[in-house]
Amino acid sequence: MKYCMKAILLAAAMGWSSSLLLAAGTHPTTGEALTDDQIFTYVTIDEHTSVDPQIVEDVAGAAIVRDLFEGLYNQDADGNLVPGVALSHATNADKTVYTFTLRNSARWSDGRKVTAGDFEYAWKRLADPETASSYQWFMGVMNIKNADDVMSGDIPVSELGVKALTDTTLEVTLASSMSYFPLTTTHGSTFPSPQWAIKAHGANWVKPEHIVSNGAYVLTKHVPNETLVRERNPMYWNDANTIMEKVVIKIVNDENVALTRYLAGEFDKTGVPTGQFARMQTQYPEEVYSNPTLCTYYYNLNMGKHGPEALKDKRVRQALSYAIDRDIIVENILQAGQFPAYTFTPDATAGFTVPEVAVAVITQAERDTKAAELLSAAGYGKDNPLSIEILYNTSEGHKKIAIAISQMWKQKLGVEASMQNQEWKTFLTTRGEGNYEVARGGWCGDYNEASTFLDLVNTNSGYNDSKFSNEEVDQLLADSKTSDNPQPNYTRIEEIVADEAPLISIYHYTSAMFLKLSVKGWPHENVEGNWYSRNLYKVAE
Amino acid sequence: MLNLIVRRVAIAIPTLLIILVISFLLMHAAPGGPFTSEKPLSPQVLANIEAKYGLDQPIHKQMFNYTVGILTEFDFGPSFKYKDRTVNEIIAQGFPVTMTYGVWSFIIAVFFGVPLGLIAALRQNTRTDYFAVSFSIAASVLPNFVMAPLLILVFTLWLGLLPGGGWNDGSWQNLVLPVIALSTSYTAELTRLTRASLLEVLRSNYIRTARAKGLPELKVILRHALKPAMLPVITYLGPMFVGLITGSFIIDSIFSTGGMGYFFVNSALNRDYSVMLGITLLVGGLVVLFNLIVDLAYGWLDPQIRY
Repeated sequence: MKYCMKAILLAAAMGWSSSLLLAAGTHPTTGEALTDDQIFTYVTIDEHTSVDPQIVEDVAGAAIVRDLFEGLYNQDADGNLVPGVALSHATNADKTVYTFTLRNSARWSDGRKVTAGDFEYAWKRLADPETASSYQWFMGVMNIKNADDVMSGDIPVSELGVKALTDTTLEVTLASSMSYFPLTTTHGSTFPSPQWAIKAHGANWVKPEHIVSNGAYVLTKHVPNETLVRERNPMYWNDANTIMEKVVIKIVNDENVALTRYLAGEFDKTGVPTGQFARMQTQYPEEVYSNPTLCTYYYNLNMGKHGPEALKDKRVRQALSYAIDRDIIVENILQAGQFPAYTFTPDATAGFTVPEVAVAVITQAERDTKAAELLSAAGYGKDNPLSIEILYNTSEGHKKIAIAISQMWKQKLGVEASMQNQEWKTFLTTRGEGNYEVARGGWCGDYNEASTFLDLVNTNSGYNDSKFSNEEVDQLLADSKTSDNPQPNYTRIEEIVADEAPLISIYHYTSAMFLKLSVKGWPHENVEGNWYSRNLYKVAE
Repeated sequence: MLNLIVRRVAIAIPTLLIILVISFLLMHAAPGGPFTSEKPLSPQVLANIEAKYGLDQPIHKQMFNYTVGILTEFDFGPSFKYKDRTVNEIIAQGFPVTMTYGVWSFIIAVFFGVPLGLIAALRQNTRTDYFAVSFSIAASVLPNFVMAPLLILVFTLWLGLLPGGGWNDGSWQNLVLPVIALSTSYTAELTRLTRASLLEVLRSNYIRTARAKGLPELKVILRHALKPAMLPVITYLGPMFVGLITGSFIIDSIFSTGGMGYFFVNSALNRDYSVMLGITLLVGGLVVLFNLIVDLAYGWLDPQIRY
């Protein structure tokens, strides 16, 4: 493939030039002067769940896994695919079989060659019921042939649609045609794992003393809930281009303390404490960033059997959606550059154009008028006020938004809105069982394509907490999987969702962070937040 | 004495078993489970995971297997949340940390709190007394979740003297701030308790008798007042010591020590059943042990108590 070749040439050129220039302490392409200590220290709020590619399930852990291991493809600063262990891929006419060609030079940290067999092993390991990975569902997202039957134990793991034809050729067979399949291979759970190390050490293979990995870094130290250190892997095929020597995580559970210590110079990167973005940006304009991310904050309106009768009326749902002033929430409450949302899929999603849904194209004053009309048409008014309960998980941020929305509903529509908060797991259980009226939700894309959002409104989706069911939507979703241009389908789905209002999209997230001026190479434009330490470097100030 | 120890150990075993059973039931009664998440797992995946951890079995069986695992192999099971580690590893790593800062905090609290309380009582209504009382009130109303960030602000950001967190294998620089933040309120409590207790003893009849028969004041205090005045203090010290060495959620989260207190609280929030049970049993065992030690100390302090 064309872009693959270009990237290889560029990589080769960079490799050649870096060997000449690194010694001089300047960046091989930009020529910036580099500091002597290329150590990147950043904060995570909580201990990661695992560094095992097939087991890890949190964002912080995924970032470590992206450094320690390398999958078929990586992402560049903008989120586009660039070759990883795979050089390129080919596909058959109906896009059900993908054949990846792997590079010869990829090595594990113990010197073994990275082979297609390592990927086959890892993917089978992910699907194996015995591995019992929480991320098994990703095999379903990838649409691999026989994944469901393998996961349920009905057929042996060997039947999974992945096969190493040679050491450098990996063949993947899908259950049905899927055009965006290669996008899923940047996800950590698809990274190879070393069978021999796992066999020798069992669950302990991820300990620094046993781990074997094929990424740009190796794990050298881990003190749970305190620190994790990864250091440059000399066996990595592209090690010549790695500049950052060492990456250190400091786990600081309190975001305010983390900021104080960042300001004291202990870290290179930390988060911006909730509610402080505006002030911090004024105070430290050069170090504070707010980057769009693939996440949507929304309210579920329960249309299921335990839901209130009122919400089964489309006009009521629409009225509730129209009456929410997203601008006030974004500008006056959140204040961190978030985007008001009228569609479920964020604008930042690759290949997705936000459709002009009816609720988005009018002014708030018009929305308010319309909301009042709709609600009174549905039979609710001063004499017969609608009462609704908003359920959210305990957090200051969610509370502020719930207060604002309940006030908007009350003032504009005379709705008697009450609020209830629950501890996280209790909240998830209540919402999952459908015992709520309105419940908050947050959804982040698993890959950079609109289906990762829109699948949620599928009748059979396990995440469809509103219990929304629409035949046309289901059909459009099914058709979009095989379509070369699914945008018209996505546009139509968003229009239906905006019209039916089973959920109210409120805003699209941003991720706010402090990053020291000396740290360069951060992919601010990567909306999935997939960063790789080997692209970072520190310049002398 | 030996009789007491044997009896208490014999009671400790059913006590711990009751703790285990109640914790187990309460834990499973809480809504949600270790694998409840924003993106709910499909029934199949959930079934695979529950089978792996034995959560698919009836609760009495789970409890039985868990207890057998502890008794035969001292195995508290794997963590459901931190999948690279077992509960034994989490305790082995976190307990020494909390133990270190806990013991130091205990020493500091006793070393400063008790003498300050004694002096305050002996010089009641003098400046020293007023200082001790104001200190103990101020320190007890300043919670450590306020004090800890303040200490970091002053000593790390402004003065740049000490690291604002981390453990660094327990180097003294990393110990100073957590120990100050943790010990202050305990010091205050000990001051208050010691002062009140000694004042009460000093007003009792047998002290008046001792003074009346002409004993020198120093002897009155050392021989007759001090020991009984220490009784309530000792009662307080036992649970306080256990509380200190098993860690503080606030200290662990603000100073990122990697201690056990953080894991304990979070295990409840995460429904990490095995971690929660493991630490509960450890804390339970230590409470039983230190209550026994306190009881033995009573016998020495108060001649009226006989075992």
